[in-house]
Amino acid sequence: MRLSGSGLACVRSGREVFAGIGFAVEAGNALLVLGRNGAGKSSLLRMVAGLVRVAVGRLELDGGDPELTLPEQAHYVGHQDAVKPALTVAENLAFWGRYLGGGDASPAAVDAALDAVGLALLADLPAAYLSAGQKRRLSLARLVAVERPVWLLDEPTSALDSASQDRLTALMRQHLGEGGIILAATHGPIGLDADALRLDDATAAGASA
Amino acid sequence: MNALAALLVRDMRLSVRLGGGAPIGVMFFLIVVTLFPFAVGADLGLLRRIGPAILWIGALLASLLALDRLFAADHEDGSLDVILMSRVPLELAVVVKALAHWLTTGLPLVIAAPVLALLLDLDPLATGAAALTLLVGTPALTFIGAIGAALAVTLRRGGLILAVLVLPLTIPILIFGVAATNTAIVGPVPFGAPFTILCGLTLMSLVVGPFAAAAALRHGME
Repeated sequence: MRLSGSGLACVRSGREVFAGIGFAVEAGNALLVLGRNGAGKSSLLRMVAGLVRVAVGRLELDGGDPELTLPEQAHYVGHQDAVKPALTVAENLAFWGRYLGGGDASPAAVDAALDAVGLALLADLPAAYLSAGQKRRLSLARLVAVERPVWLLDEPTSALDSASQDRLTALMRQHLGEGGIILAATHGPIGLDADALRLDDATAAGASA
Repeated sequence: MNALAALLVRDMRLSVRLGGGAPIGVMFFLIVVTLFPFAVGADLGLLRRIGPAILWIGALLASLLALDRLFAADHEDGSLDVILMSRVPLELAVVVKALAHWLTTGLPLVIAAPVLALLLDLDPLATGAAALTLLVGTPALTFIGAIGAALAVTLRRGGLILAVLVLPLTIPILIFGVAATNTAIVGPVPFGAPFTILCGLTLMSLVVGPFAAAAALRHGME
């Protein structure tokens, strides 16, 4: 499996955020998307997730399921956690497990995914009482509950304590070991040996022009 | 189907837990209906004559009340991103979300209508006709409203824009809903004629609404 993009450009409300971006990630590898604030890291991830239209350039996933589009084979964890405060922790995860289809959403599977992010003891607590870091972990539990080959993670370590960061690193290593692909936008180290895509260099010309 | 059932259960559960939906909608309906006798005066003959129209206007306004949260809540917490990336077609997700919204806010209005009809001195036949036309017509209000809710999703103060966008589109439903109720009471056209057109309008909105709302949501994500 190979995720690649070439000649990608992003224009938001008439301003060019980046242009001429290309990358390629093979199965079992991660790519870190780096750059200053506003360099377009989130936009690039949202583009791969199908949430921002690809106006210029190409995005391809070779060797995936030919019946499915790239977004349908990807997980996206953005700045918002997609957690409903009025539902319990387990209900939140069970819903995404059933809705995204891959997970069988049995109570055991939900518990296993919650255990993987260290939230098993809070399963019956309304999500409104979770801290920012715990909400983020609940959001990441989705990646475990439903299997999808491409993970798109936007600042996945924000709000996480060091134990949770270690847990996330272990989850990402396991995913890569199973032949998955990770695209992560980040400022700090996330504990993976990975190539980096720098958006600054490509956009420096555009920004100063 | 499993995924759609999960969405239906989640949306209904959220609506019940957050309050807001059914009780507030019915209270608002009650208040609008009770305002009319104060404005029109205690002329029972007049109230009886315009009763169906009052019930319909009340239900129309009440069904718009919580509609702006239909997609905005999912947009704000990022759930809409995940819904867009699922293997379930967005159009079906819109159908299910609108259905859940109607079951928790529209259906209680239909059930409350016969009670409110007592306040307007409607006879049993008129009450039955009003409840039946509301049962058929309120889903159309929700599904047309879904288009407005999808358009307003990225706007602040979306609720106000929603009402301005949606109310003009509901005029045909209002016309035939009230007309059908009135023909059941005074004739001269058989009840079936306007009622069938109302059913047709509802079926049309069930088809057009989800496609238009899904297109608006996709566009709004940019």
